[in-house]
Amino acid sequence: MGNAVGVVAATLLASGVEFVEALTIVLAMGTTRGWRSTWIGVGAALAALAVVTAIAGYALQSWLPEALLQLVVGTLLLIFGLQWLRKAILRSAGLKALHDEDETFRSEVEAARAAGDERRLGLDWFAFVVSFKGVFLEGLEIVFIVLTFGLNGDSIPLAVLGAALGGVIVLGAGFALHKPLARVPENTIKFVVGLLLSTFGTFWAVEGLGWFGPGDTSLRWPGGDAALLVLLALWGLLAWAAVRVLSRRPQEAT
Amino acid sequence: MRLLAGFARFWWDFIVGDDWRIAAGVLLVLGVGAVLVSSARASDPLVATLTAVGIMLVAIGSIVVAALRARRG
Repeated sequence: MGNAVGVVAATLLASGVEFVEALTIVLAMGTTRGWRSTWIGVGAALAALAVVTAIAGYALQSWLPEALLQLVVGTLLLIFGLQWLRKAILRSAGLKALHDEDETFRSEVEAARAAGDERRLGLDWFAFVVSFKGVFLEGLEIVFIVLTFGLNGDSIPLAVLGAALGGVIVLGAGFALHKPLARVPENTIKFVVGLLLSTFGTFWAVEGLGWFGPGDTSLRWPGGDAALLVLLALWGLLAWAAVRVLSRRPQEAT
Repeated sequence: MRLLAGFARFWWDFIVGDDWRIAAGVLLVLGVGAVLVSSARASDPLVATLTAVGIMLVAIGSIVVAALRARRG
């Protein structure tokens, strides 16, 4: 049950925050360069993401034994999650600039206006390429999280449901307002996602260490699945303490 | 060859990001955990606990390094 809630929460929040960033780029292209080439770029990116998901999902599920899958996927998730968490902590402590969707939108619009009028395959090439890259790169992070959570939690449908919900909420709001979602508390969401990725990544990577043992089975955590809650609390405590300490000005700290 | 290098570079940036120390530290800690498991010298709960603590120490180290760099500008 805790696993299922964690899978849906992590994929929903992660996809929501990535969709916010992709939406900003798509809106900037669509409103300045026209919607036809922009939508074709979005569609091509979604098709490419579907292919990547199918190939990577099939390969991971078919070729790796369970414990090794936990080790590989858990390690990737952990490294990925710790990057998110570290950046979120630095932003919360004021040591790194917050992501500003309005500013991103303005610079994308400026670039779109300054770009030439190159046409290829009957498309506005600049709008096509920028929309494709924006959606593909942001979408790849969602695919990565959906696959890792879905395969290891044995719950691909739940992971897809979470990601789809995040997409529907963000795209619905974005196209209703017709402007970037600058008021979404991106760093707070990234903080929570970073905590969830680090928690599940630690849990699964350690379970996967059992692959090196004689039985080739997953390592047992003390307390079984309840260890997830302890890990989440510890990662939360560590992050909270880091923000508190780093938020102090240097002269206060001494 | 350039295409291959670009492909590898993309995945490196995507997963490892801007601080390779996190990846190196996590792999090191998991490597120690793997040695403990394969030599069967420690129980599962002990290996799990020690590995988790090691990973958290890696995270703390990475955050401290990043904070010091940010303060130095």
